[in-house]
Amino acid sequence: MACQGLQKGETLESLKRESETLKKKLEEERNKLNDVELHQVAEKVEVLSALSIKTRRVLKGHGNKVLCMDWCKDKRRMVSSSQDGKVIVWDAFTLNKEHGVPLPCTWVLACAYAPLSGLDNKCSVIPLSLDKNENLAAKKKSVAMHTNYVSGCSFTNSDMQLLTSSGDGTCALWDVESGQLLQSFHGHTADVLSLDLAPSETGNTFVSGGCDMKANVWDMRSGQNIQSFESHESDINCVKYYPSGDAFASASDDATCRFYDLRADREVAVYQKDSIIFGASTCDFSLSGRLLFAGYNDYTINVWDVLKGTRATILFGHENRVSRVRVSPDGTALGSASWDSTLRVSWSFSTGSNYIFRFIKLLFWVNSRLVLEFTVAF
Amino acid sequence: MTINTLAKGGCHREQMACFRKMEKVIVAMQDPDMGMKMRNQRLLITVIPHAMTGHDIITWLTHKYRISEEEALHLGNMLVKYGYIYPLKEPRCLVLRPDESPYRFQTPYFWTSTRWPASELDYAIYLAKKNIRKQGELMEYEKERYSLLHKRINHTWDFVVMQAREQLRSSKQRRKADRIVLECQEQAYWLINRPPVRSITLYCIQLYCVVHIEACRKALGRNRVKSSICLEGFLKYSEQYLNHDPIMQGCLPSNPWISDDTAHWTMNAEIVPVPTRLRVERWSFSFTELLNDAMGRKEFMTYLEKEFSAENLYFWQACEDIRHGENSKIVEKVEDVYKNFLAPGAARWVNIDSKTMDKTLEGIKRPHRFVMDDAQMHIYFLMKKDSYPRYLKSDLYKNMLAKAIVPQETKKSVFPFMRRQRHSSPSPAQTATQAAEEEGLAKGAGANSAAGSHF
Repeated sequence: MACQGLQKGETLESLKRESETLKKKLEEERNKLNDVELHQVAEKVEVLSALSIKTRRVLKGHGNKVLCMDWCKDKRRMVSSSQDGKVIVWDAFTLNKEHGVPLPCTWVLACAYAPLSGLDNKCSVIPLSLDKNENLAAKKKSVAMHTNYVSGCSFTNSDMQLLTSSGDGTCALWDVESGQLLQSFHGHTADVLSLDLAPSETGNTFVSGGCDMKANVWDMRSGQNIQSFESHESDINCVKYYPSGDAFASASDDATCRFYDLRADREVAVYQKDSIIFGASTCDFSLSGRLLFAGYNDYTINVWDVLKGTRATILFGHENRVSRVRVSPDGTALGSASWDSTLRVSWSFSTGSNYIFRFIKLLFWVNSRLVLEFTVAF
Repeated sequence: MTINTLAKGGCHREQMACFRKMEKVIVAMQDPDMGMKMRNQRLLITVIPHAMTGHDIITWLTHKYRISEEEALHLGNMLVKYGYIYPLKEPRCLVLRPDESPYRFQTPYFWTSTRWPASELDYAIYLAKKNIRKQGELMEYEKERYSLLHKRINHTWDFVVMQAREQLRSSKQRRKADRIVLECQEQAYWLINRPPVRSITLYCIQLYCVVHIEACRKALGRNRVKSSICLEGFLKYSEQYLNHDPIMQGCLPSNPWISDDTAHWTMNAEIVPVPTRLRVERWSFSFTELLNDAMGRKEFMTYLEKEFSAENLYFWQACEDIRHGENSKIVEKVEDVYKNFLAPGAARWVNIDSKTMDKTLEGIKRPHRFVMDDAQMHIYFLMKKDSYPRYLKSDLYKNMLAKAIVPQETKKSVFPFMRRQRHSSPSPAQTATQAAEEEGLAKGAGANSAAGSHF
């Protein structure tokens, strides 16, 4: 949709006024069916038992900021991309590096379990094989071309189609085999920073978030913008669907994460705290959707109770911005990538209300003197 | 944020929001009633007024925001890093120490947001002052910048030196304590705000308005659902999946990451002789769950064969293949689907209503990726409303559920640090630090903390 210029009689002022009026009218319409808030409905839900989430794996090997990571379907392998120009495939369970692929561009912004995209405006797909001797870089295929940097990418349900988001303000759907553009999505008025595919029955929509502070929902078939949400106060860095597909969360530079309900067509929760000052760059849900993990530019990961709107816990450990958090496909662990050039895997030691916490104090006696005392929790 | 750094308006977007929030914190800290208690601090032989200790800062933050000490230390560190509070001892070490180290608030004149962007001219004057005051006391990077600036703004260099001399002269007339305070403030400011290089991008404002108006008009006509109904949906979903969420409830026999035992993954592999109970239960949550699980789909197919309606599932699978497959194979696949499922007398003829059938047959004349969508949707909902609920009530499913395994929980080892240490395939420079870290981990294992975790 190109800029058609102003119609006769329209001035910039009148356009702005009309825009404002319509915006207010839309807010009123949305509020008409707003009869209760999420945290009110969530009052009857049990409070979360104290979460104990700890980082126990640190993956070192990148030489520079790690910009993106993703889990493999086998629940233990990860792929990560870094500013050092390399993409590494790790077995996070054993900490082994399985593949290392050097790339011509150093700002590799996004990788999904296999396509790679970055600041050279191209998105490449690299087929991975178990043969470590294969020169994988040579098999790389260039798929998508935008007029500005590519910020995010995702395979659709098969690995034959690729969805990309770009700094040129558009998203696009590509056929991997031929590199052909199948559909493009216009509507953002600034860089698009992130996208996510809907896990719905019909599998036809996706959401994108951008620097125009808007989150848009698109129909992949028609290229139409179906829904739009504009309540953030700064760039939206990441969008992620709730597991049921009826809602999505967004992480933004305004230091909040927000939860949007697609059927009610409005924002239903804001996850924020006065002591959280720095922007959130990434977010992901736990398997049941009860928890939202968000990585921030102050190097922390805050874990939010999605229903009650409170913060469950906070994770420290990274020494620079957290660029990506992703829950593993079976929900057993949380992977995080950071500008401190490491990846970390964390998981929960809490075991829910079915189990009893047992504390045992162990005392060691050496040479008839008390040497060591510590507490072990099961 | 994005590499396109300036917005319409010209101010740095990402940072301004952060700075405003930090300034709110700082203003609250200086509130005469609820703010921090300040005192005079000794720095060598001079007494600096209105200073506070690192410990006081952390205590105040902990109380004001009701957060843990660890988080307060982290937040305080950020305030120091961005120059709102600066240390009096060791001014180059921008770290908040939770002890008696003295700190001071930066004056608003020197706040990053106030003086944004830091100009090269001011920086040159600052460096020139330093150079004149104490010859050769510039740090390496400062010397480099000084000579670079000397080259770049050589035409105004006389002005720079003159300003520097003037500022030095007037500062000599201040009391020593004030002079030291001002020098500290200025030094702290420049440590953080050395001027960088920028780029500028342009946006079309009219385009935004037009796009926005169109989007609003469309949105006004939407159908919406009442909040109470939608929100209940989230509660139900989270409750239903609670037992399946390892982070919330753990998993059986154990979380492989914790116990180093991959039994959980082996038991839940794509195809297993006997699935776990949780997995079979999940098939009853929704039709999508059943179809997304390879074993579930196989079981469902077996059921449909018994009911003589398996062609529905075969048709749905073939349509999925068209929708998500290669562009080049679409025509051939659509042909196949027509031959096998839609043509009169086809081997696996599917029962679609006449309207949809007519539309589909029309579309097949010019096949494209979505030509089968309507028919596929029809069959999908047919299975969902009819075959799926009957499958869940069938003996086939009930037997599967009864046979399903409930794994035994494995006990964690009593001595966590006896578990196998994991070493990443190393780069030589990092093995030393890694080994030290592993030891630290082993010693710290088992310490539970609800407020946060750190190692």
